[in-house]
Amino acid sequence: MKTVFIILLIIFSMPYFITEYTDAAEPQEITVSAAISLKNAFEEIGKLFELKYKTVKVRFNFGASGDLARQIEGGAPVDVFASADQKDMDDLEKKRFILLDSRINFAGNTVVLIMPVDSNINLKSFNDLKAGQIKRIAVGNPKTVPAGRYAHEVLHYFKLLPEVQNKLIYAENVRQVLDYVARKEVDAGIVYSTDAIIRAKEVKIITTAPQNSHAPVVYPVAVVSTTRDINLSKAFVNFLITDESRAILKKYGFIIPKK
Amino acid sequence: MFSLRLSFQVAVVATFLIIVTGIPVAYFLAQRNFKGKELLDMIFTLPLVLPPTVTGYYLIVIFGRNGFIGKIIYNLTGWTIMFTWHAAVLASFVIALPFMIKTSRAAIESVDKNLINASYTLGHSEFETAVRVILPLARKGIMAGAVLSFARALGEFGATLMLAGNIPGKTNTMPIAIYSFASSGEWSQANYLVILLTFMSGIFLYLANRYSKRTF
Repeated sequence: MKTVFIILLIIFSMPYFITEYTDAAEPQEITVSAAISLKNAFEEIGKLFELKYKTVKVRFNFGASGDLARQIEGGAPVDVFASADQKDMDDLEKKRFILLDSRINFAGNTVVLIMPVDSNINLKSFNDLKAGQIKRIAVGNPKTVPAGRYAHEVLHYFKLLPEVQNKLIYAENVRQVLDYVARKEVDAGIVYSTDAIIRAKEVKIITTAPQNSHAPVVYPVAVVSTTRDINLSKAFVNFLITDESRAILKKYGFIIPKK
Repeated sequence: MFSLRLSFQVAVVATFLIIVTGIPVAYFLAQRNFKGKELLDMIFTLPLVLPPTVTGYYLIVIFGRNGFIGKIIYNLTGWTIMFTWHAAVLASFVIALPFMIKTSRAAIESVDKNLINASYTLGHSEFETAVRVILPLARKGIMAGAVLSFARALGEFGATLMLAGNIPGKTNTMPIAIYSFASSGEWSQANYLVILLTFMSGIFLYLANRYSKRTF
């Protein structure tokens, strides 16, 4: 019995003792919390960054900008934060969680109405969302998802609230909205045009929200004040506005601010 | 408080279904021997050890709009369970059922076989024996199972969030509401619900313990 106990103790404590030792230089790491709509573009940009700075490893943490901001406020060890709206960055700035002089806007986006690609419901505009055939509309949770707030602004602009409020299904982030539409769990959804492109085979864009129907979608990025490596973090932020990164962002459909 | 009312509604309905399903299943697992019995027991117990998100995933695969069963239901009725409070009941039912089955099976198995045999020698059918001898003798364990299942159903989060979503006024049960408040930094509202839920869970645990000790 005692032997069994000792053996089990050794097995379960093994993870603490088994570590990889290499002779190469220890990799530096930065953790980047970014709005989930940036996922595909950032993963590519991250690889380029690692190629350029050979001993660096970029760890991405994607999610709804609101959730990410709360994590940073809660002390999460994040080095760089890129959000899909000004509000979440402003919140962190007010509470001194970012280095003010590192904050820059690096991309823009547009808001679109999407449906499952094979849906035969006749939806031509945001106004058609009032139709009885449209029973469920997925949007981001306005409390934590910027895309959800933009969606609310658009619905408000077209005077569709409070009428369609009952049809709204709140998702935890904009990619979940996209997924709900792609899986046909809902009849329509409001996401960024860059998200719709990612699953162009499963969703179709019905229309783009007019520019003045919502606050401009401008993505800011900044170095988090509790970063463990200011120089590396600033390097990543600056990397986002190099030509290579801009080309990647453009490829995924983001709007690139003029230099 | 909508989420309080909804949580109770979901937990009560789920527990009712759990009792109605759990007791017969526990009885058959306890009293009958058949090939694959332990495999069946394992399948029923799986939600107990699987992470709730894994159970939620399987439920979406089966009952989602495009799922095995969900697709059939949708084609027949145009209705899908996703994003309704029924989905919350389904999630709670699947996740809490193992509590009922495990506890009830153990209680039924520990009924004195002599008493069961005595009932048969007196000419009672299996059904009569079950209802008038076995279940009453196992009732402490069965009630403990029901109370534990109710508590678990009340606190279900992961699978519920995946199936029912977080729709204020429709599917936000207390655990989901707490998650939502915490996510958006509304700590005082979260606080209130957390204290309420902790207090109630404490009461249920106390009741479950009492049932497993005293005779009624």
